[in-house]
Order: sequence, then C-alpha cells, then structure tokens
Amino acid sequence: MYPALEVHGLVNRFGSQLVHDGLDMEVREGEVFGIVGGSGSGKSVLLRSILGLQRPQAGTVRIAGADITHMSAAQLRPVKARYGVAFQQGALYSGLTVLQNVQLPMIEYLELPATALDELALLKIRLVGLSAEAVHKFPAELSGGMVKRAALARALALDPGLLFLDEPTSGLDPVSAAAFDELVLYLHGHLKLTIIMITHDLDSIFRTCNRVGVIVDGRMESDTLERIVEHPHPWIQAYFHGARARARLGAVHGA
Amino acid sequence: MAVEVRRSAQGLTLELTGEWGAQQLTALEAQLAAVDVGAAQQVQIATSGVTRLELSGAWVLREFVRRARAAGAVVSFNDGPPDQLGLLDETLKEAEESTAAPPAAAAAGPEATGTLASLGRRAVNAARDLIEGLAFLGRVSLTFLASLTQLKRLRPISVARHVYDTGMTAMPIVALIAFLISVIIAYMSAQQLRGLGADIYVVDLVAIGVLRELGVLLTSIIVAGRSGSSFAAELGSMQLNEEVDALIATGVDPFEVLVLPRVLGLVIALPLLTIVADLIGLTGGALLCRYLLDMPLTQYVNRVTEAISPSTFWVGLFKAPVFAMLIALAGCYRGMQVRGSARELGRLVTVAVVQAIFLVILADALFAVLFMKMNI
Repeated sequence: MYPALEVHGLVNRFGSQLVHDGLDMEVREGEVFGIVGGSGSGKSVLLRSILGLQRPQAGTVRIAGADITHMSAAQLRPVKARYGVAFQQGALYSGLTVLQNVQLPMIEYLELPATALDELALLKIRLVGLSAEAVHKFPAELSGGMVKRAALARALALDPGLLFLDEPTSGLDPVSAAAFDELVLYLHGHLKLTIIMITHDLDSIFRTCNRVGVIVDGRMESDTLERIVEHPHPWIQAYFHGARARARLGAVHGA
Repeated sequence: MAVEVRRSAQGLTLELTGEWGAQQLTALEAQLAAVDVGAAQQVQIATSGVTRLELSGAWVLREFVRRARAAGAVVSFNDGPPDQLGLLDETLKEAEESTAAPPAAAAAGPEATGTLASLGRRAVNAARDLIEGLAFLGRVSLTFLASLTQLKRLRPISVARHVYDTGMTAMPIVALIAFLISVIIAYMSAQQLRGLGADIYVVDLVAIGVLRELGVLLTSIIVAGRSGSSFAAELGSMQLNEEVDALIATGVDPFEVLVLPRVLGLVIALPLLTIVADLIGLTGGALLCRYLLDMPLTQYVNRVTEAISPSTFWVGLFKAPVFAMLIALAGCYRGMQVRGSARELGRLVTVAVVQAIFLVILADALFAVLFMKMNI
C-alpha cells in the first residue's frame, strides 16, 4: 500500500531565494501529521506544491502513489477529488451561501439529483457542527469559527480520504480552538481520514498529531511527537522548549 | 454490481459489495431505489463485501433502511450495522427532529410580492439611493471645505498620483479616439455638403463639434470607463478587506484620504485631457480636409478662426470639471457601498460606470439647453 503522501527531494526557488532544498516527507495512511515551521520557512509553498498550485523546480510529490508534479490538469482532476483542503482564511466563495459552497465540488464532480445534493451537503454541514441557521448565510455573515467549520465542511464534500488543514485554529479563541481540535479528532476517528495539518498551535499539535514534521533550513525533520521534541536543532528546541511550550511538555512527559 | 438481491420466504437478503463512496453515489441510489421492499417482512443486509463505505454511501444506505422500515419491514445487518450509520444517526438526529420548520421558510419572510409591490419597492429604493448619493456629495464637499484650512490635509501627493493615473496614462487612448471622431465627422459631413458645394462648412462642423461637444463628451466617457471603474473597484476591495474600517479605527477620515484625492485628481485631469482631445481633434480635421477636400492648411486655419467664437473652446472646457466630479463621485460612492462579497463588488463597479456615463450625458444635455438659452 502506498503512503497517503510522499514528497521526495522537493526544491523550490524564487530568484536567489532557496525555499526548499531537497525536502523529504512521508505521511502514512490514517495519520494526523502536523507541519511546523517558522514564518517564511516555506510551509505555504510546500502546501501549494503538494496541491499542484505550483510546480516545484525539482522533486516529486506522490499522492496515494501518483506523481502529481508531471500530470496534466485533466490527469490531476481525479486525484483532486480524493483530497479536501480547508484554507487558512476559509477561502469560501463570497457570492455563495454555506450550503452552495459545500455543494459546489459535488456539482462539479458528481451527478446527483437535487434532493440528494441538498441532503448530503446538509449532512456535511451538520457533521462539522454548524447549526441550521448558518446553512443559508453568506460567508461575510459568519464568525471566524464558523468560517473555519464551513471550510472544513466544503473540504469534506467529496468524502476525501486525505484532508489538508492550513492553520485550522489560527484566529480562534482557545475554547473554539480546542473544540475544533476535538472536531478534527472526531472526524479522524469516524471517517478514517488521513489529516495533514499546518499549524503553529502547540495545543493543537499535542492534542491531535501522531507525527510532526518541522521545516528547518529548507528540509523537513519528521518524527513522532515524543521524539521530535528531543531533536537537537536549535529552532526545534526553541519551538518546543520555549516559554510558551514548557507547560505542555510537562503534560506530555507526565503522561 | 454493488447490490445483489435475493428473495426468500421471510423477505429480502441484500448483499452489498464494492466501493460505496461519493463517486458511485448515483449508481448506488438507482440500484437501491429499484429494490422493492413493499411485500418484504424482513430485510437482511450483508455488508462484509463492501471494500470501502464512505459517508455518502452510508447516507444512501441509511435512506434505504429508513424506507424499508417505513414500509413495515424489519431490517437487520448480518455483521451488525456499520459504524458510519451510527455516525449519521448521531449527526442527523437533531436536524430531523427540527424538520418541522424548514430553513427555507425563514429566508422568504413575510415580504409582499406582486408587480405593484415590486414597483413600489423600486421607487422607494431609487429615492433612497438619490438621497444617499446627495448625502455622499455633501460629505465630500464638507470634507473639502475642512481640508482647505491646511495644505497637508488636501493630500497633494495623493492628488498628484491620481492626476497621473487618470490623466497621463489615459492620453494615448483619448488622443486616438479624438482623432478618429474628427475623421468620422469630417468624412460624413464632406459627403453631404459636397453635393451642395458647401465643402468649406466641413471645417465649421469639425471645429464646433469637437470643441463644444464631442471632445469633452467622448473624453468623459472614456474616463468614466477607465477611472470610474477603477475608483469603484479600488475602494470596493478595500472595503472587503476591512481597510476602510482600519482607517476609521485609526482616526483617519476615509473621505479625506480616499475619496477627496480621487475627486480632486480627476477634476484636474479631465480638463487637461479635454484640451488634448480638442487639439488632436482639430489636427485630425486638418489632415482630412487636406487630403479629402484638397483644402490648403492656411485656409483650414482661417476658416476655423472664423467659425468659432471666442467662447466655443471655453464652453467645452467648462463642462470638463463638472463631468469629472460626476464620474469620480459615482465611482467612489459605489465603491464605498461594497459589502460582503465579490459579486457585490462586480455589481457595484458596473453600476458605477453605467451611472457615471448616464450622469455625464444627462449633464451635457442640460448644459446644451442652458447655453442655448444664454445665447452662448
């Protein structure tokens, strides 16, 4: 069985600035994999390369065994139906209601009768914990937490096996962020998803991730959560052992 | 084949196989819909052959189970019901209890319908729009008066940028259009007047037409399309991005830094563009008279000075700042109205351009009547 995602020797360069210098990464089926890195370390560029929004200068990106870096748009289409993406700012289509946002991928990919379309979209919306009132609202009328949930509902529209979450808890209050973590775990458990999550939120990482990949110096150091915190690289040390992280580490090692 | 049905004395046995995901949904629905549960007392479902049961597939199965139960059959699963069904039950329980009040009803509301009501609504909206537009003009005027106390508050650098953006960069297209329009007038009138032996009056038509009306009018229409839309789009996307709110929160008046420089910039730029259009228009007329009518250049110049009175040029130029005001106000007003969505932005940019052009032509018509009454 192929890994859910495999990135090998990824190189991304903008002018003289080298963002990724032979980055390797592997995410196994059923994992919650956290991607961590400093600002400007190339997390977004990595995500864009994986999603096929940007062609890397070198390297391969395999999703469920299929190398997407050399595919045409037509070949990419079925691959794209197998993963869902929840963007950082939601990227909800501002002219469509929440329901229509969730239905859009279904309309594009599936031929469904109108009732099934409505009910399935409602199902996805209920699943992420949005109330019935939110269904017919436009994105501008939603709170930050609701936008994140609506984006997640849209990402789940096609029953993907692989889910990308870009900073899912950024901009949320700690209570909403914790609730979102529980939602991610709930979906991971019940839908047997593989989840790849870019995040800075240490609480989120400790609560949800099985393994963590840290982007340092254009490469990725990845390991289990327990082992990565012991990695000697100064940035990783600073990240996991800074003042903000100590309290949580105590919790991990105590357990 | 995803569903195999066997009938026995007690009822039905369904053997499910293959992938049950979103991609197979249409086929699955059709196959399950074809299963007749009417006479069956028992429905046995075996799911061991399903390689992948996803949420959409589970939903279709759940709908079938509900239908069978509603028809009076006892539904049981050979290997126990799959997890996914439990998840669906949990998720949809609340929703189905509250289906008594469908959400669509809330959206419709107690609004009156019918032709008369919609006519009334339009009239009220139009009146409100007009009042709000006047309020906008008032606010811009007050901001202008308040800014006159200090040069810094007139934002000269910002004004200069808008003069450049709306004026300098529009010069090539304005010049080209002015040239072409003078060619059109000269050509058309030459055809008509030649038969009467009155070729010389072609010059009158070109000179008066370009200087008094067409130079300024066409320039204004081009500028309405170029700058009216860009004002509306700029301010509108700033609204969407909460940049306008950020200005207000910082204690900076968006009318002072965003609207007024645009209005002033265009009020300066449009008369300058009009002068360019006039010049090029007359030049175009001269070229055409030279090559089409074989009229020497000196005769053309003499005829132009005879045809126009000293006021002709100024009548045209006088209108330019007024048109500029209308265009800039329409663009900024609609831009500041944008809320919420990209679609709204598109709609209001369109409205801005259409209204700017309409207002320019309306004002031009009023000027024509006014100047005639004044014998200018």
